[in-house]
Amino acid sequence: METLIESIALAEEMGVRVAAAAGFGEDDQYKIGLAVHEGVMNAFQYGNKQRRERKIHVTFELHEDKLVIHVIDQGTGFRLEDVPDPREDENVLEDNGRGVLLMKAFMDEVDVHSSEAGGAKLVMAKLHKR
Amino acid sequence: MSFRATSREVGDVTVIDMDGRITLGEGSALLRDLVREKLGTGHRKILMNLGGINYIDSTGLGELVSGYRLVKSEGGELKLLNLNKKVTDLLQITKLYTVFDIHNHEAEAVASFQP
Repeated sequence: METLIESIALAEEMGVRVAAAAGFGEDDQYKIGLAVHEGVMNAFQYGNKQRRERKIHVTFELHEDKLVIHVIDQGTGFRLEDVPDPREDENVLEDNGRGVLLMKAFMDEVDVHSSEAGGAKLVMAKLHKR
Repeated sequence: MSFRATSREVGDVTVIDMDGRITLGEGSALLRDLVREKLGTGHRKILMNLGGINYIDSTGLGELVSGYRLVKSEGGELKLLNLNKKVTDLLQITKLYTVFDIHNHEAEAVASFQP
């Protein structure tokens, strides 16, 4: 996807549709969609710094027990442990910094690696609760 | 649905009725401008009616916080009204539920502002 603000809602919609096709209920579809929205928004703003020529790659992998989503940007990467907890008293009134928390709350697995090109590779998974 | 907001006065309280989504690019900037406009015209008691809001992302949450801080810094109060379950969940996850004064009934919310 291009680094455009429209890509955020587009990726979210894709996430909801894939989740629905994979058999997740409406509540999980919403949560997966929001997690994708936050992941792509993170790539748009902080990874690719809103530079349109950079790409955001989003992939959905459907496994027997879970849906795995990758969001890869062309920035310089980040470490999950370096993201401040927005619930701490000194951060709770900050304007930013809640996206990772929402992804963690709504997905069963969230991790960040370095992509081969050095950008962030966000990996999220939602388990099927059958 | 895209973001829509209209405002009305109930006594000396400005009620902002909102519909749609508050996300980056869909409402967060409009919401910021509206709060600033109200403050600029002397309104210091702001009640945000989120009854029609069906989706907020982290940018939208940040915009609510930003509005809260801004109004407070001007000596006013910003409160929230009519949160649905999704929005309530987001405020609880982020601990913002402890920051905002949140109401379910408009008359009670309006009466709760400092005289």
